[in-house]
Amino acid sequence: MKGIALGAALVALATLPLWVSGTFYVNIASQILFYAVFALGVNVLAGYAGLVSLGHAGLFGIAAYTGGKVLGAGYGHLTVAAAAIAVTLCASAVFAVLALRGTGLGFVMITVALGQIVWGVAYRWIGLTNGDNGVTISGRPAPFGLSLASPRAFYWATLLVFLLAVASMAVFVASPFGASVRGTRDQPRRMNALGYNVWMIRFLAFLLSGLWSGMAGLLFLYYNQFVSPQAVALTASAEALLMVISGGTATLLGPIAGAALVVVMKNVASAYIERWNFVLGAIFVVIVVFMPEGLVPGTVRLARWAGTAWRPPAGGSRGAPRLRRGAAERMGGVGGHVGAPHNNIEP
Amino acid sequence: MSVWLVLAVNSVTFGGLLFLLSAGFSLVFGLMKIPNLTHGSFFMLGAYLATSLIAWGFDFWTAAVVGGLLVAVFGGIVERFILRRLAGAELAQVLVTLGLSFMVADVCLLVWTGDPIRIDTPAALRGATSLLGVGFPTYRLAVSLIAVVFAAGLWALLDRTRLGAMIRAGVDDADMARVTGIRVSRLFTIVFCLGAWLAGFAGVIGGPILSVYPGLDGEMLPLALVVVILGGSGSLLGSLVGSFVVGFLYNFGQAMFPELAYVVLFLPMLIVLVVRPQGLFGRPAA
Repeated sequence: MKGIALGAALVALATLPLWVSGTFYVNIASQILFYAVFALGVNVLAGYAGLVSLGHAGLFGIAAYTGGKVLGAGYGHLTVAAAAIAVTLCASAVFAVLALRGTGLGFVMITVALGQIVWGVAYRWIGLTNGDNGVTISGRPAPFGLSLASPRAFYWATLLVFLLAVASMAVFVASPFGASVRGTRDQPRRMNALGYNVWMIRFLAFLLSGLWSGMAGLLFLYYNQFVSPQAVALTASAEALLMVISGGTATLLGPIAGAALVVVMKNVASAYIERWNFVLGAIFVVIVVFMPEGLVPGTVRLARWAGTAWRPPAGGSRGAPRLRRGAAERMGGVGGHVGAPHNNIEP
Repeated sequence: MSVWLVLAVNSVTFGGLLFLLSAGFSLVFGLMKIPNLTHGSFFMLGAYLATSLIAWGFDFWTAAVVGGLLVAVFGGIVERFILRRLAGAELAQVLVTLGLSFMVADVCLLVWTGDPIRIDTPAALRGATSLLGVGFPTYRLAVSLIAVVFAAGLWALLDRTRLGAMIRAGVDDADMARVTGIRVSRLFTIVFCLGAWLAGFAGVIGGPILSVYPGLDGEMLPLALVVVILGGSGSLLGSLVGSFVVGFLYNFGQAMFPELAYVVLFLPMLIVLVVRPQGLFGRPAA
C-alpha cells in the first residue's frame, strides 16, 4: 500500500511538466522542490536535533553567492557546484562550532547573529557581492549536453536533486546516526553518559543540514540566475523555519508539505496583496499558537478529533480515548515538539 | 584629531541608545528566557508613533514619553495575550515574537510609507556646546546624558527597591522566587512593558540621529543581540559595557572599514562566545 502510494507520487512528480499547462506552474513546482530541499536541510537541525537555526538563509546564500562568483570568474559548472558545496560546508563548520557554544535559546540567538553577518557582507561589502544589486549569472548549466534552460528541463533536474535529498533523509532517519541525533535532542545527558560524543553528533548533523541548504542555494541561483541580499535576510531564514514548523518538525513529509504551502501562499498572496510579510508573520503566530505540532500532524489530529466527534454513540467506547489522545497530543505538541528539546538541562 | 573626537562622541551617543534598547531586552531575556525578537520593532514603532504625534502638534519630549507608553501598552498586550498562552514553550515564544515583528514591520510600511522620516532635533538642543574648548553637538551630549541618567535609574530600581529585588530573584531562580510568594508572572508583565517602553523611547530620541525607515527594526535587533551575548543576559552592567563596546565598534568600523562595518561589529561577539559563552558579566549556566 505504502509502495503503491510512493510509486504513484513518483510518477505524478516525474510527469508533472507533461500534464501541467503553462511554464508558470512548472516554475512554481521547481521552486517548491528546491525550497523543500532547503526545508529538509533545516529539519535535520530543527526537527531531529532539536536545534532551531534562524541563520540558515546565510548558508543557502553562501552557496548561491559562491556559485555566482565562481561562475563569474569563468569556471565550468562542475567547478561551480563543487566550490559552492565546499565553501558552504566550510561555512557550516564555522557556524556549527560557534553556534554549538549554546543550546536552546543561545543557539537561536547565535544563529540569528551569524545569519546577519552573512547578510551584512552580502549587503555592504559591495566589492565582493555587488551589494543590493546582487550577482547575476548568465545561463544554466548543460550537464551531459542536456540543456537546463527550459523550465521543464530545469524541473526535472531539480526533481532529481530533490529525490536524492529525500532518499538521503530517509537513510539518515533510519540510520544509527539518525537515532543518535534524536537521542541528543531528547536526552543529551543520558547520551553523554552512554558514551556518545554529543557535540560531535550535533556538529555532523549541522554539516548534513548545511549540505542540503547549500544544494538548495545552488538550485536557487540557477533557477533565478540571480542572487541578492534578500535571499540571505532574516526573513528568508524565518521562511525556511516556517516551512519546517508548518509542515511538522522531525517528519519526512512535513518540510515538503510546508515548502509547498509557503511557496504557493507566497505566489498566490503576492498576486493579490502586496503584504506577503504580514501574511508570513500572521501564519507564524497562528500556527505556533493554535497548531504547534505542525500542519500535517495537526490536520491528522483535527481529522481524528472530527471523526470521533461525529461518530455515533455506539462507537463511543472507541471514540472517547481517541478524543483524549487528541487533547494530550495537542498539549504535548507545545511542550513536546517545540519546547521539549530546550527543557533539557545540558550536561 | 577632531575627526576621532567626533567619532568618539558619536560612539558614546550610539552606545547610550543601544543601552536603552538592550537593557530591556537583557532583562526580558534574563527573567523570562525569551529572546524577544520584536524588540527591534518596538524601537522602530516608537519612533514612527512619535513622528505622528509630533505631526499632530505634540512637542518632542511628550512625543517621546507617550510614544514609549503606546509601545509599552502594545508590549503588555503581546505579553499577556500571546506569550502568556505559550508559557514554558520557549521556542514557540521566539517564533511568535519573530512573526509579530514581521507583522509590525509591514503595518509600519503601510501606515508610514517606505520613505525615511526624520524627527527634528528639539529646538533647545540644536547647535553645538563648547566643552573644554571643543564644540560638541548639543543633542548628542543630551542623549548620552539621558542614557547615563537611565542607567543610574535602572540600577537604583534593580538594586535599591523591593521591586528590583524581586526582579533579581526572578532572574536568578524563577521557581524559587515563586515559592517564596513573589508573583513572577506579574513581574513578567512589568519587565516586558518596561523593556518595551525603553525601546520605544530610545527609538524616538534616536530619531533625530538615525531617522526612521523600514528595516530599522532589523538593523537594531542584531545589535541588541550582540550586546546581550557580549554582556551576558540579565546583567545591567553587562548591557552598559556591551552597548558602549558595540557603539564604538560600529562608529569606528564604519569610518575605517565602511564595507565591513557590520562584520567588525560581530567579531567581539564571536570572541566572547568562544572564550566565555555566558557573556562578560553573565554567570555560567548551572
